[in-house]
Amino acid sequence: MPVEIDASAAPPVGEAPPALELSRVVKSFGAVVALRSGTITLHEGSIHALIGENGAGKSTLVKIIAGLYRRDAGEFRLRGASVDFTSTAQSKAAGIAVIYQEPTLFPDLSVTENIFMGRQPTNRFGRIDRKAMRTEAQEIFARLGVSIDPDRVTEGLSIADQQIIEIAKAISLDARVLIMDEPTAALSGVEVERLFAVARSLRDEGRALLFISHRFDEVFALCDTVTVMRDGSYIATTPIVETSVDELVRQMVGRDVAELFPKLPAEIGGDVLVVEGLSRPGVFHDISFSVRAGEIVGLAGLVGAGRSEVARAIFGVDRYESGSVRLGDRSLPKGNPRVAMARGLALVPEDRRKQGLVLDESVTRNITLAIRGGLARAGLIWGGRENTAAQIWASRLEVKTAALDAETGTLSGGNQQKVVLGKWLATEPKVLIVDEPTRGIDVGTKAEVHRLLSELAQQGMAILMISSELPEVLGMADRVLVMREGHLTGEFTRAEATPEAVMFAATAEKEHAR
Amino acid sequence: MTATATDARATRTYAAHAQPAWRRILFTRETAVIALLAIVIAVALATVPNFDSPLTVTYLLRDVAPILLIALPMTLIIVTEEIDLSVASVVGLSSVMTGILTQSGLPFPVAAILAVLVGTVAGVVNGFLITVVGLPSLAVTIGTLALFRGIAVGLLGTTAITEFPEFWSDLAKDNIPGTPVPGIMIPFVVLAIAFAILLHFTPFGRSLYAIGLNKEAAAFSGIDVGRTKFLLFVLSGTVSGFAGVYFTLLYSNARGDNATGMELAIIAAVLLGGVSIFGGRGALHGVIAGVLLIGILGSALRLAGVTSDIINVITGVLLVLSVVSASLLAWLRRKRTSAIGKKKGRSAMSADSP
Repeated sequence: MPVEIDASAAPPVGEAPPALELSRVVKSFGAVVALRSGTITLHEGSIHALIGENGAGKSTLVKIIAGLYRRDAGEFRLRGASVDFTSTAQSKAAGIAVIYQEPTLFPDLSVTENIFMGRQPTNRFGRIDRKAMRTEAQEIFARLGVSIDPDRVTEGLSIADQQIIEIAKAISLDARVLIMDEPTAALSGVEVERLFAVARSLRDEGRALLFISHRFDEVFALCDTVTVMRDGSYIATTPIVETSVDELVRQMVGRDVAELFPKLPAEIGGDVLVVEGLSRPGVFHDISFSVRAGEIVGLAGLVGAGRSEVARAIFGVDRYESGSVRLGDRSLPKGNPRVAMARGLALVPEDRRKQGLVLDESVTRNITLAIRGGLARAGLIWGGRENTAAQIWASRLEVKTAALDAETGTLSGGNQQKVVLGKWLATEPKVLIVDEPTRGIDVGTKAEVHRLLSELAQQGMAILMISSELPEVLGMADRVLVMREGHLTGEFTRAEATPEAVMFAATAEKEHAR
Repeated sequence: MTATATDARATRTYAAHAQPAWRRILFTRETAVIALLAIVIAVALATVPNFDSPLTVTYLLRDVAPILLIALPMTLIIVTEEIDLSVASVVGLSSVMTGILTQSGLPFPVAAILAVLVGTVAGVVNGFLITVVGLPSLAVTIGTLALFRGIAVGLLGTTAITEFPEFWSDLAKDNIPGTPVPGIMIPFVVLAIAFAILLHFTPFGRSLYAIGLNKEAAAFSGIDVGRTKFLLFVLSGTVSGFAGVYFTLLYSNARGDNATGMELAIIAAVLLGGVSIFGGRGALHGVIAGVLLIGILGSALRLAGVTSDIINVITGVLLVLSVVSASLLAWLRRKRTSAIGKKKGRSAMSADSP
């Protein structure tokens, strides 16, 4: 799409007005108010954090800035000039770039082609000037201090690298305002650090950045100012040095969250899940561990360490080359999730939208999908029994939905995660594997999930929890396993598991490991 | 939220449906097709001479019977986001097999069963290439469309076999005694009920919708996606084989080019009946109404003296409109639910706050 700079949208102003200013912006859909009072002020050369529970109105605010929605009321100024975007193209032309959690690149095109998609420079014959494109891409990467081959196809690049490409795209457009919507949700620690370095260099170039995150440590590490939203309204804006996690949590939930990780004591029984020498060349090697009844075992490590792959192999969605999985007294056949489920194994997968849920189906159909066989009487399945089952699990997990036949995709992230949990708890598993159970969900729901897992362990369930959030693993797990590059590199009891020890096992080079 | 008491959690109840039953039933694609069908019948009865004669009913139902039959497994296949374009060629192949085997002196029931089994084998070939080899069904069945048709024509050349035992060909043509309804409707109704139960009231049916909407999530829910699809293609081949035997008897004619192009009529009727070509949406009563709508419209127009090319244009326009209206409806619904979805989260949240 050709980009024209809209002169009226960004007039040069002498005194430095805020790069972007939203004041009491309202947005409703029909009778529903999604944003009651959106207020935020971004300054050039500054990184601003926006936090709030899911459904607090952050996304609506971002969509208004991106030109996806039009506001109903309120002020929206860009460098002092009032603007009103009716399309994302206008927002882009005015120097705003939004980088989403999951980048939307063309997988079969090269990195360079992606950066310049739709506005490729042409030479004097009207042909695409590949050399100029390539040179500019390299310059941008050099400026960002990252090394990505501009000629490779984007397929197979990590999410972190894809985000960097999105950022490069924004820079090549000379975006003055960059909005990053939960960019770190799928990144490992090292990747987050690199992203932060890039963000800081952008700030030092005088750009205004808005950073949306659920992770407090990141907000404190990166940002200069923080704005909290709740229930569609602006709550407070504070310089980061003048606030604390407790303070922010209070502002976000409007009440005190007693404890983030309420681990209850549980009686630990015998081995329920025993994995021995599980290997799949190139993915994971010689993985052996066990999980006991009533025990929560945390599986920590960086993204890409092979943790999810191990979980999928145990459950049977993926195959493995050698090794064995034992559930109770019997060994599980390879590659057969149906048998695994029947014997009492459940897997809450990493990606709830792609693997956990059928988003276009109702809450009922999703909750009953894994138990549909058991709900049938004489081979037939009736809506009433499905609704009853869905009712039980939706209410036990406090899923927020108006009706059980609402499409699951219309629920917020946290509630979607509850639906996935309900779907698997409905199978009454003996062993529950949860992969990133709280990724991208708000603080309140997160605490609910933690409490739930803790209660389940207390009732004697064996739980294997994969998580990239160290505080979560350390807070919840009775025992912590660590994986790095497909190998188990550490095992710690709750007492031994310090952040340093776990991080070392997750990141250190082989020769330093022991 | 953490402060919520356990008993308060247990008391939370949900409406099973966001909308009252009449709205859910009335405002569906299926109801729209059925309503349109009723209008077409009413208008035809009032204005087209001879449309109300029993003979019209008999010929109409006889002619659409193969389409009705094959539309059943086709619906299931399209719900899983696949397609089977080879069905009409399987009808042709089965027809030729019926003719050749009868001519070779086999008793007709044996010949017929073997012809149906040839259809089953054709389905196995499709299923194998799609689920085991992992090729896209569109490409595979375009290939087997040509392959099966080629075998059928190759076996019989341009000749036709027209000698069939009178008992069996009469059975195919006769009406249910005392009615203008042809006998083929009995096996059709039995199959239709079986397929409707399979699709709408069994765990297997639930898995088909899940596969059509999200294969990966289906696999993570313990559904064997490959095996399920394989079964559907075998089913489709078998029903097409049966339709081929019926086709042969009805016209006392076994030829390699029997039912050429019928696959498009079937798929068109299935889509008109409200099944989404992108999978995961659709119901059998809509499909049956869709087949009947196209059949009855054509029959009424023919009786009214409209030429067949004009009828084709009218059916074509109807199909295009139906596809456009489906996208339009989906778009409207998306707009509405995105707004409603926000409301749900919000109102429930504020209601929860102490």
